[in-house]
Amino acid sequence: MKKLLVLSTALTAVAFSAGADVTVMSWGGDYTKSQVEAYHKPFTAATGTAVISVDSDNPAPAVKAMVEAGNVTIDVADVEYADAIRLCDDGMLEEIDPAVLPAAPDGTPATDDFLPGALTDCAVTTIVFSTIFAYDTTKFPEGPTTIADFFDLEKFPGKRAMRKGAKANMEMALMADGVPAAEVYAMLETPEGQDRAFAMLDKIKKDTIWWEAGAQPPQLLADGEVAMTTAYNGRIFAAAVGEGKPFGTVWDGQVYEYDLLVIPKGAPNPEGALEFIKFATSTQPLADQAKWISYGPARMSSGPLVGLYQDGKTEMAPFMPTAEANLTNALASSYEFWVDRDAELNERFNAWLVAN
Amino acid sequence: MTDTTSGLTTSDGRPLKAALLAAQSKARRRAFLLVAPLLLFVILTFILPIAYMLQRSFENDGFSDSAPQLAAWFAEHPDGSEITEGAYAALVADLATMQANKTPGQAGTRINYTVPGTISLFKAAARKAEDLTPPYKEALIALDADWAAPKLWAAMRSASTSYSADFYRVAIDQKRGEAGDWARGAERERIYIYLFVKTFILSAIITLSCLLLAFPIAHLLATLPMAKSSLLMILVLLPFWTSLLVRTTSWIVLLQQQGVVNNILVALGLIGDDGRLVMINNQTGTIVAMTHVLLPFMVLPLYSVMKTIPPSYARAARSLGATSWTTFRRVYLPQTLPGIAAGSLLVFILAVGYYITPALVGGADGQLISNMISFHMNKSNWSLAAALAAILLVAILILYWLYDRLVGIDRLKFG
Repeated sequence: MKKLLVLSTALTAVAFSAGADVTVMSWGGDYTKSQVEAYHKPFTAATGTAVISVDSDNPAPAVKAMVEAGNVTIDVADVEYADAIRLCDDGMLEEIDPAVLPAAPDGTPATDDFLPGALTDCAVTTIVFSTIFAYDTTKFPEGPTTIADFFDLEKFPGKRAMRKGAKANMEMALMADGVPAAEVYAMLETPEGQDRAFAMLDKIKKDTIWWEAGAQPPQLLADGEVAMTTAYNGRIFAAAVGEGKPFGTVWDGQVYEYDLLVIPKGAPNPEGALEFIKFATSTQPLADQAKWISYGPARMSSGPLVGLYQDGKTEMAPFMPTAEANLTNALASSYEFWVDRDAELNERFNAWLVAN
Repeated sequence: MTDTTSGLTTSDGRPLKAALLAAQSKARRRAFLLVAPLLLFVILTFILPIAYMLQRSFENDGFSDSAPQLAAWFAEHPDGSEITEGAYAALVADLATMQANKTPGQAGTRINYTVPGTISLFKAAARKAEDLTPPYKEALIALDADWAAPKLWAAMRSASTSYSADFYRVAIDQKRGEAGDWARGAERERIYIYLFVKTFILSAIITLSCLLLAFPIAHLLATLPMAKSSLLMILVLLPFWTSLLVRTTSWIVLLQQQGVVNNILVALGLIGDDGRLVMINNQTGTIVAMTHVLLPFMVLPLYSVMKTIPPSYARAARSLGATSWTTFRRVYLPQTLPGIAAGSLLVFILAVGYYITPALVGGADGQLISNMISFHMNKSNWSLAAALAAILLVAILILYWLYDRLVGIDRLKFG
């Protein structure tokens, strides 16, 4: 009996140490790479806990599927704001008390250090990313300068690419139609506003390719398949500055939003997951991440620590969505709007897409 | 005769009939045990998931679970009765419980599937539910005028039981009107019926192109000498063994506007540099790539049938004076019918459910209904995805039945 007890204890110990890794699901490509460099490696170095990285086109549906099936294989997921709220509402995420997050180096508590709205019941924001549009500088040396140019096929002929979905496209269409950023969501609430956005999208529909994964737009631009594309700003930055591709970014009409880390309910290693999130969202790792990709850190105390790109010479600050110059005509994505309208507008968007 | 049989006994004195029965049942049991693992496997991996999917298409307890009092009110008051203070009181009590259990988002999501814009309505009301005072009707409506909307109440009524046909309504392009009744949605919102029809048409086109391409290949394979036909067979099978994603992406490389085919055409001067053909990210791309991907499923059944047709039949027809066209039409083609039938059925059914290839090369107008199913899976509306899948399943079963009546399933020959 005693022997059995010892044996089972030993086995449990083995099982625990094997399960002590933290598995993080994120969006892949340069973005995951930036997280590996800024969060995973230093976390492993500091705690000895290995971090396993899993890629997904969008981790949120995967989290829902896993929790519903009762077979959660990841500990941390990187999701968009509206998804974080929705999953939390559905009781699919562990709650994270903001009080456990480390304070800034100068002692400012985390709740004051993060950007407004960046801490929710179940999620902690890591970065601010933006949907911008980018163009091929070999085709347009002068370059488009405003969001209206994206929808102007006469002045700037050539194929376009946009994300297959309503989010961000609707907002950009209205801004291109001259709606001030502050009024965009109020207008999108109304059928007339939606019609107006779709009328704008109609102008370029025939010449547009629809992408789904964040890695596609830089590829489409590089292949010469399209002349302009909407994209996540960090991906274009990585291709333009990191790989020297002839891409230009237009910040006018950008739609920026938060990206957050969450812990699915039933995660195999919730303690490890919380430790990981506490570490990853502390001041230094958030600032370090900007070295690898041009997404803005969610902590104010990280801002001054943001330095040069990994090439050692490019100043990162002007490439951040939150840089002063980039915010002249910018829109903060409204999660409240999308939590409510996501199903409706995507349905209409899909119908619009397949109709000729 | 019967008397003598029943009188027969085995050497140890048991009636022969009983002994035979015992021996047979033993054999039957053994046979059953042999297939039991397979049966179990089929039940676990095929029957149960389909049953679960069908259940899911009707069932959604997101609202009914968290609104028991309102559900009770609805049960007492039949459809059409006036929404009274009692109903609002029940709703407010449920909203308060939702807030305590953190389920207003879940309940709102369920209603949001048929009446857009209700998630935040529920969340906002639930936050304040504790502080509301009677009369609740006025209190709620003061909070947000949407609480008086008839369609909201109709949606809540239908969601107050965990089973409803709501998702099938949505799946056939119906919407709740302002009064709460179901009606055909506005034209710009209709999508599913159109896509179902389009899926079947595109699948038929793909099946036909597969047949046209596969018939000569299969004939060649069946008639060439062994050495040459094995080589050809490998050419057929090699793509079959290659990853689907690799094959699909190679079509992107070939067909895109800056791709191989366009570059060759431009180099040959057949088209101008600004007149490059659009062959991918549209319907054409879907048809081309899917025809290629599904081709082996047509070649193999055709080949196996053609292999069994003796060449002497055709020779006999020719020697009796038939032209080569008549020989083909009257003698050869009828004998290949079981292969054509099997291959077409296989390709068609695979094409109807195809999802990854159209997603990658279909662009906007090359999407199939399966892409919508996957879309709703990703958007977490599993009930709608299940309803769409169930409709697809039923449509295929009907087609299969028609096929059975027209061609005869017993004439199929897969190999």
